[in-house]
Amino acid sequence: MAKSFRGGVHPDDRKRYTASKPIEVAPIPEKVIIPVRQHIGAPCSPTVKVGDLVKKGQVIAEAQAFVSSPIHASTSGKVVEIAEYPHPVFGSCTSIVIESDGQDEWVEGLPLQRDWKILETAEIKEIIRQTGMVGMGGATFPTHVKMAPPAEKPIHTFILNAAECEPFLTADHRVMLEQSERIVTGMQIAMKVLGVNKGYIGIEENKPDAITVMNKTCTGIAGIEVIPLQTKYPQGAEKTLIGVICGTDVPSGGLPMDVGVVVQNVGTVVAIANAVEKGIPLIERVTTVTGGAIVEPKNLLLRIGTTFAQAVALCGGFTEVPAKVIMGGPMMGMAQRTLDVPIIKGTSGILALSQADVNIGPERPCIRCGRCVDACPMGLVPSMLSIVGERGLFQVAKEEYNLLDCVECGSCVYVCPAKRNIVHYIKLSKAQNAAVAAKK
Amino acid sequence: MSAEAKIDVGSLTVSASPHIRCDESITKIMWSVNGALAPAALFSVYQFGLPAITNILICIIAAVATEYLILKWQDKPMVVSDGSAFLTGLLLAMNIPATVPWYIPLVGSVAAIGIAKHTMGGLGYNIFNPALVGRAFLLASWPILMTTWPNMASKVDGVTSATPLGILKLQGYDKLVQVFGDKSDMYTNMFLGTRSGSMGETSAILLILGGIYLIYRGYINWQVPVVMIATVGLLTFAFGGKAGLFTGDPILHMMSGGLILGAFYMATDMVTIPITIKGQIIFAVGAGALTVLIRLLGGYPEGVCYAILLMNCVTPLIDRVVKPVKYGARR
Repeated sequence: MAKSFRGGVHPDDRKRYTASKPIEVAPIPEKVIIPVRQHIGAPCSPTVKVGDLVKKGQVIAEAQAFVSSPIHASTSGKVVEIAEYPHPVFGSCTSIVIESDGQDEWVEGLPLQRDWKILETAEIKEIIRQTGMVGMGGATFPTHVKMAPPAEKPIHTFILNAAECEPFLTADHRVMLEQSERIVTGMQIAMKVLGVNKGYIGIEENKPDAITVMNKTCTGIAGIEVIPLQTKYPQGAEKTLIGVICGTDVPSGGLPMDVGVVVQNVGTVVAIANAVEKGIPLIERVTTVTGGAIVEPKNLLLRIGTTFAQAVALCGGFTEVPAKVIMGGPMMGMAQRTLDVPIIKGTSGILALSQADVNIGPERPCIRCGRCVDACPMGLVPSMLSIVGERGLFQVAKEEYNLLDCVECGSCVYVCPAKRNIVHYIKLSKAQNAAVAAKK
Repeated sequence: MSAEAKIDVGSLTVSASPHIRCDESITKIMWSVNGALAPAALFSVYQFGLPAITNILICIIAAVATEYLILKWQDKPMVVSDGSAFLTGLLLAMNIPATVPWYIPLVGSVAAIGIAKHTMGGLGYNIFNPALVGRAFLLASWPILMTTWPNMASKVDGVTSATPLGILKLQGYDKLVQVFGDKSDMYTNMFLGTRSGSMGETSAILLILGGIYLIYRGYINWQVPVVMIATVGLLTFAFGGKAGLFTGDPILHMMSGGLILGAFYMATDMVTIPITIKGQIIFAVGAGALTVLIRLLGGYPEGVCYAILLMNCVTPLIDRVVKPVKYGARR
């Protein structure tokens, strides 16, 4: 019996469009637009100027703070512009535009050969920082920060989040099928850095082939166990996943490290393995380009800085004018206003939804049907959060309705018959509370 | 870049996540409830004939028209086709005797939609079940017309026009059994609906079938009708008999009056009951207990309407106290 949690929803996963399609290596774009901020934390400062020639893997923007992550050139060529460009998460951001020379030449010394087993923990942590590792599931939290918990928070368990519970997305699924050994190596490296000897791989049951492959690859490796999970959204939300696999809940307002757990995404551990063994920085990633409005959905290995428009063109373009273009999955992804935004380190998917996929409808008053309460994996009352948020009672939302415990998984909105934009009101309330706190 | 990829960026919708939603809607829910009530409504037409048809139609048309005019007047989105006003009209019709003159359903529907629903802000904001407010309004205004039921084509023929509960209240249990012949005849008549009562109160079996459909669709929680009816059964068995404790007739009480109708269709009205399942069970116990209190000790033979309205009052209180246990506080 697969493990599960209370609440959640069962949207049609629609992974069938791309689940059986092998990862396709995309051609090098003529031009890449690389934002200096692709992570949670401080933006980087460019270390190159217009006219410079750069090589693949070269640092082009350096981190200025601990919670930040350096940026590397994703191909070789000439820096033609450093300017504000549209950004898929932050609206707009200083970006370094590189015109490719078509050579795709590595910076000197890369790729190299290294045995992670003989490296010191501190060395590995520094490699992870220098190679620009961030959480590739979408949150883009700098990996080196996550891998260096304070001494008073001992870590005993590592969880590989391979649930991929977002509908449509199959990037992690394909990586598991095609690069399972890299995953296990990356996981072993992460476990060594954290000093833990218990690692779990949580995979939703809608990927039986991935469960089989991972089980096979893990055979004979001590301390790593594959955990099949019930197919239910948001099985892969960090807090839900920890609750399901470890049987302990992360305390309200706390982090996974408070219960001795570190969670990493499939893409991230593969990137860690490549960084530590070969010195390769994070300059490309697997992205699922899919949705009802895409002619030929695919799993693509794309260079960071490739625009959404280029990626869509590689998949045959649109079948119709899309209603929405999303970065990430349909439940937590971010709607885009333009296709000129680039692929960044956290772009797990590009989703072009057709009019039929999007069921917006006019927003109606809450009829208190209670479906959101049943669906909420965090045990909140989303209907009330939407009502108090709509009325501007942001403090009430925080103090009486546990606003800050919401993980914005969107299950409540998915089930709402009144088509209420509950997550919108929750984000608004959180931002307003943060603004008030900042003033004090 | 291919030509297809160049699109008018102005056409992209930007909104907060999530970007997909299930195909459930208020309209679907409301029309499903209407559908669930339809067999019982048709049965009342078969049972009571032309007066039933006229009064059901007057109720529904008046409710829908009132909502239409109010929305027009207030310049609100025209949502009258969502079926909620239709449902209020239909529920009110089920709650009144078939023989009342035409102006009674008219006034009742106007009161239900105009006062109980739209003075509160419309769908979703009303504290009280609109149909029940309409019924209470009518009962207070025309107490005699509202408690005069047509004679039935059954063994009750010619004896009285009171409901079984009315007979029970005024003439006692033995008299009631005598009216029907014997106990098993009484139960059969109650179950099939061949007895006097308001239009929608009579056929237990059709109401239950409709309710089961709503449970199957996930629109109501089975716990609410079951707990409310069980509470009535238990309490009437314990305190309803003249010969002392535990001599009451729970089956009679569970099948009579508007209990089945109220328990399946009005104590489950999502707008006016607690939002958590625990809260709903408390609500159901309360509504059941108040029903018994009114039936056994009050002046009215029947108490479901007032019991549910009284519990509607405490719904916000229940919601305040009974909240789901949040993640992180469970273990």
